[in-house]
Order: sequence, then structure tokens, then C-alpha cells
Amino acid sequence: MIDPINPPGRKNPLLRTRLPASPPRPRSRTSHGFTRAAAEGRFVLQRCEACGVFAYPAREACPSCLSPDLVFVDAPRRGTLLAETTARVPSDVYFRERAPWRIGLVKMDCGPTIVTHLHADCVEGAAVRMSFQLDKSGQAVAFARPEGETPNMADDRQWREMTADPKFRRALVTNGRSVVGQEAVAALKAAGAKTVFVGVSEPWRPFAGEELLRGQQGIEVVTLDAADEKSAVDLAADIGGKVDILVNTTEYVRPGGLLDRRGTSIARDEVDQAYLGFINLAQAFGPAMRMRGADGINNSVAWVNVLSVYALANWPAFGAYSASQAACLSLSHCLRAELRPGGIKLMNLFTGPVDTEWFQTVPPPKVAPRAIAQAIVSGLRGGLEEIYVGDVAEEIRQRLAANPKALERELDR
Amino acid sequence: MNNSQRTPYDGVVMAAPVTIPYVRYSVESAQWWIGRALSALVAQAGIKAADIDGLCVSSFTMGTDSGIGLTQHFGLCVRWLDTIPLGGASAIAALRKAARAVQAHDADIVACVAGDTNHVDSFRLTLENFSRFNQDAVYPYGAGGANSSFALIARNYMRTYGITREDVGRIAIAQRANALRNPNALMKAPLTLEQYLAARPISDPIHLFDCVMPCAGAEAFLVMREETAASLGLPAARLLSTIERHNAFADDPMQVRGGWAMDVGELYAMAGVKPDDLDVVQTYDDYPVITMMQFEDLGFCKKGEGAEFVREHDLTIEGDFPHNTSGGQLSVGQAGAAGAYLGLVEGLRQVLGTAGPTQVKNASLGLASGFGMINYDRGLASGAVIFAGPSR
Repeated sequence: MIDPINPPGRKNPLLRTRLPASPPRPRSRTSHGFTRAAAEGRFVLQRCEACGVFAYPAREACPSCLSPDLVFVDAPRRGTLLAETTARVPSDVYFRERAPWRIGLVKMDCGPTIVTHLHADCVEGAAVRMSFQLDKSGQAVAFARPEGETPNMADDRQWREMTADPKFRRALVTNGRSVVGQEAVAALKAAGAKTVFVGVSEPWRPFAGEELLRGQQGIEVVTLDAADEKSAVDLAADIGGKVDILVNTTEYVRPGGLLDRRGTSIARDEVDQAYLGFINLAQAFGPAMRMRGADGINNSVAWVNVLSVYALANWPAFGAYSASQAACLSLSHCLRAELRPGGIKLMNLFTGPVDTEWFQTVPPPKVAPRAIAQAIVSGLRGGLEEIYVGDVAEEIRQRLAANPKALERELDR
Repeated sequence: MNNSQRTPYDGVVMAAPVTIPYVRYSVESAQWWIGRALSALVAQAGIKAADIDGLCVSSFTMGTDSGIGLTQHFGLCVRWLDTIPLGGASAIAALRKAARAVQAHDADIVACVAGDTNHVDSFRLTLENFSRFNQDAVYPYGAGGANSSFALIARNYMRTYGITREDVGRIAIAQRANALRNPNALMKAPLTLEQYLAARPISDPIHLFDCVMPCAGAEAFLVMREETAASLGLPAARLLSTIERHNAFADDPMQVRGGWAMDVGELYAMAGVKPDDLDVVQTYDDYPVITMMQFEDLGFCKKGEGAEFVREHDLTIEGDFPHNTSGGQLSVGQAGAAGAYLGLVEGLRQVLGTAGPTQVKNASLGLASGFGMINYDRGLASGAVIFAGPSR
């Protein structure tokens, strides 16, 4: 059993901030099958199509029958911890700073043995539940947790290195005028965030739900118009060093594609709000976040984008909007790479049409803003990189994997 | 399918065991160390470099070089060449290949050499770049290197057979006693059981004195036919038998035995000797617990009786079971791939009667073993050799 972590005290401004280090990063190309799974919180192993044997580590041929048909498939997560050790003098800076560090060897019920990070409550000889997590270098690593829930389970020191749990951290939700933004604030607060800053543009202008934000313990309304570079820079000068999690809830949805619009004014607004707003936020807050990736219990850990699933496949009815989201998605991969040296996770949340006024004419199913907010928190707690919310997003994901051309034709109706 | 029996190694001998004394850190390159070993080989054997017509090299730190680059580097024109990247099993594997080469007249005199440098960052770079499985699935887990991998094996093995740290420690302590007679050993201070037990933990249950010290150094010997040695007037040890095995017992969930256990019957049968007959034994001691495993797998006692064997025998030079007489890697230092050679080279000196301060009286029959390449969760490569001096 582990002790709960304590809320961090005030930071001593005279002390040097510990800089982030990355755990070992090189991997074989095939091994990124695990990275792909870890990004979505799946547990996969290679299984031989010819003889059915599960294999680990990543291989190019089956160790049982030499077939090249090894496929990453969802695999049973249960195993038994055979032996453990505690590395006390690692040769690498990241682990040396975090030593002692506990690892073990797990025999999976489905066959292979896996060298793995251990949750403190794992016991030799007992069953464990395996997952692949993204570590501070962004690469997949195996992680063993006890089979059942244990007290303060998420407070485990090694587990917290793999996740972006809001507990005791400070978050900035960039758009408090939207219902999604307001729900995100509530969900982060409920998840134990110490402070949630919430950006509101032109704060003198009243908006629905304002009472949920103002005057609440642990919620600070701040002035932010992401599309305005100066606004983003001013806010970062004020709170940039205190943002551990940034949730980009910028929302600018307008229907229409190309031929039934005149000119570029609406498209320009879409780009200003979503794409250039993203750039403004990244340039204002990204550098400080990257710098603070190892700054104690409330270190900077994650950047979240709420994106439309139509970033992945254009929906002509909202064609120009889809394109603005695709631009943000592409840019997010750039930001992910640039935040990586700080160990900061970048999580993209893909949603179908949300149950808000701008999707008024779209038939159900639509995603409740609260579901998005809950997915943000569960994604942060699980340390994910990709998360699909709602039936539409999940369906698009599957259809895209199956046949992108079919999806393209079928979105055109 | 059963393996066929090996053809005997009749007429194969080893000569001119060479050790270039180790240093903790070296600013020289691996090529420099290997060059010194070749030079010492030629000098000790009283031959010319041009007489070497076969070369077998092992090193972790040669950078982009392999054996072929070294032929030009050292001006050797050979008709048989090999590079063996088998870590702690490199010496046995080199000897086996060279033996067949001289037996078949593919070469007359093969120089087997291993050398490594140790710059301040060499060891970390070796750990980082050890193997694909290690890179993908071991090193990102705490970066404990071999210490952590062997810690898992040791913990399981010790728990399974009820082995204590005291039991394992006896091996390390005996080797330190031997090392105090070896002027080239890097460890110069005596080691008591109390000190061994009180050492700081590195990766439980591996503690400081379970670990070897990475260093720079080189080792070498010559392989040739008996008549070649006779014509050169070189004292030589006969190769009686040798085995090699890789990735054995893959179905064991954790390693409690090495590949020796598969072939040990043939090892002694071909040599025509019993474990009791051996005068001196040199095991591969990257960790003393692995030495204990070898005592079992090489037939000195049954599986699970290693601790009792260690308690009942004196492993020092003057003892009833002289073992790792130079002090072994644990007390001399681990010079990378040269660590694979250390036991065999010392064993050859023993049966040739040239071991000097570490000489076991009347030693004529020796065994040396090798073990290496913890690619993922276990050591994959193993080998052993039995050899006899001129007096036998």
C-alpha cells in the first residue's frame, strides 16, 4: 500500500528549477506497434497468424514457426510477477534522478515474459494487470499494476511519471465561453486540480454559464482571446509558469464548404480562431511548459486539444471547418515533437458533432459536452495521446482504418 | 532430432597466454589494446607477425572496425579470419573455431585476441547500444543495465533454491583472496564476508561486490597444431574437449540453468575425465551467482546444491577446489570482451606452470567456461573447454 502524495507547497523562487531529462528513447521501427497502442490505451502483443503464438519483444518472425505474419493484436492483460528488482544506481540521467526505480519480469498468461515498470503494490508471485504507457520520452513502455484496486493507486510515484493526472496540478482551459470549456473546468476541478484558470475573451461581455466560473474556489477567470497574440502573451507573462496542463477548447464551428460560400472571410475567421489561435497559445505557453517538465509533484505534464474527428476525414457539410481542424491536427504533431524534450504529453481528443448550437441542424447522435470533459480527465489519468469521444468519432476511426476512400465517398451526402 | 557427436579436437594446442594488465580507464582505443596483445603474443611465442595466418578478434569498443580492418591496421596477411561478438562466450567460441581451422590446415597459427578500452562513457554507451531487444524492451526500464537483468535472475534463482547472500559471497571473497596474489588485479584490498554483506545495494539482490568493475585491457593466446608448437619449441596445452550452446532452455520462464547443462555429458566424455579430476576451474564470473549456477551446470554438484558445494569447498589457490585463481573478473576487472578470455588465459598459464604468484601446485588439467549476451531476459551464449598441460 502506498501513501497519498501531499499537495505541493509554494515554490521557492530562489531554488533552481530541475530541468527535464528523457528516459532512453531509441526503439526499433517494429516496436512502435506498442507506441501506437499505448497512445490509445490499448494493450497489444504480436501474435503469429500462422501458429497463434504470442511474442514479445517486437520481432520480425515468429520464434515458434518462423512465419513473418506477426500482427499486433489486443491481448489479455493478465500475468504473474516472477521477480522484481530495484535499480539504485542507473547509468542514465533520467533514472538516476528518480532512483530507486523498481522493475520486474512478468510472465503473461498468454505466453511471453515482459520486463516491466512496477506499481509499488505489485507483489512477487501475484497476478498483475499489464498496460503500455507512454514514458517521458514519448515511447511505449510496459507497466504492471496490481490486478485489483489498491488505496491511493494513482499516486504511485512511477505511475505518475507515465500519466498526467490533474490531481494537485494547475490547468488552463482556454475558452470558458463554451459549454465544453465550462464542463472541462468542472471535471478538472473534480479530478483534484489545485487551480483551474479559465480564459474568457472580452470578459465584460456576459455569457451563459458565467456563474459556474466566477467566485468559485480554485477557479480563476482570466482574460484570454487565443486568436489575439498579445492577449495570449500577456496571460502567459502572468500565469505561464503555473500552467501544468493546458486544455485548448477553442471552438469555432461554421457550416459550409467552398462553393456555397463567397470569398474567404469566414474561412479566415476559422483559421484565425482555430489555427492561429493554436499557434499563439503554443508560442506563449509552450516554452515554459517544456522547461517545467520535471518541476516536482505539480510539474508541467500535458497539452490537450479538443478537435473535431473531421480533422481526420473531411466532412463537406462542414468542409472548411474540417480543414481548419486538419491544420490544427498537423500542427499538433509539430507541437508534440517540440514539447517532447520536456516530457510533456500532447493529447488530441477527437469528437463527433457536439450537442451545441452550431451543430443544431445535425441529427443525433451528438456528443454531450460533459462526455468530452470526462474523457479529457480520463485521458490525462491514463497518460493517453489519442482519444475518441462518442459513437461518431469511434465510427470514423474504424472506417478510416478499414477504407479511407469508402469513408470519403460516404461523407459526401 | 538428436545432435551427432563432435569429432575430437585431436592434435590442437594452445600456447602463449598473454594478458595486457588492466587499467580502470584508458584514453587509448580498443585497437591500441589489441595491438599490444598481438605484439606480446609474437614476443612470447618467439615468432614473427608474418607467421600468424589466422586471426580471431572480439571487442565491444572497436567502433566501426571488425577483424578485417585490423588485418590492415596491424599489417597481418591472414588466410583465416573471424570476428566474434559473443561477449563472455567469445573466448570459448574463438578457440573452437580456431581449433577446427588449424585441424583442417585452413591456418597454421591463429591468434585469438580480445581487447577493450574503457573511456569514461564507454560502459554507458555499451549498455545503451547492446542489442535490439535490450534497446526496445530492457534499457528503457530503469537503465540498470546488466545489473538489473541479472538481479532478476539472481532473485528468482536464490529464492527457488534457498540460496543466501552469504553463500554467494563466499565465491567473491575467495576470488578476492586469490586476487591479492595477482599484481595485475585492480582490486588490492582484502574483502571479508562482513564487508561483502554490508556493501551498498546496486539492484537488489545484487550489491556492490557482486558486480565487476568495467576497465580496459586485453587478453590473447595462440591456437595451432601440436607439431607446429613442437617445431617452435613452444610449451602448449592440449585441447581435450569443448562445448558451445546458444539460447538453450528457451521455455524456462526464468533462467536457472545455462546452455552447459545440455552438453556437459559430452564435454567430459570427449575429454575422458571426470569433474573430480580437474586441478583448476575458471568460470565466467560476471556475477558470483552465475558462477554458482555454473558449478551445478558443469557437473560439480546437482542443480540446487550450488550453495552447499560452495560451503563445503575452499575455492582459493591453496584450497581443495582452486577456482578463478587470478581473482576473476570480480577482482581483476572486466575489460569488456577480454573478460571472456581472462579465465581461459589464466587456466592456460596454470597448466603450463607459468602462473607465477597464483600458480596452483602441479596443476595439469583445467576447465574454463564462458557465458554471455543478456540480450533480453537471460544470458544466451555459453561454452566450456577442458585442456591439459604438458605434464599430463
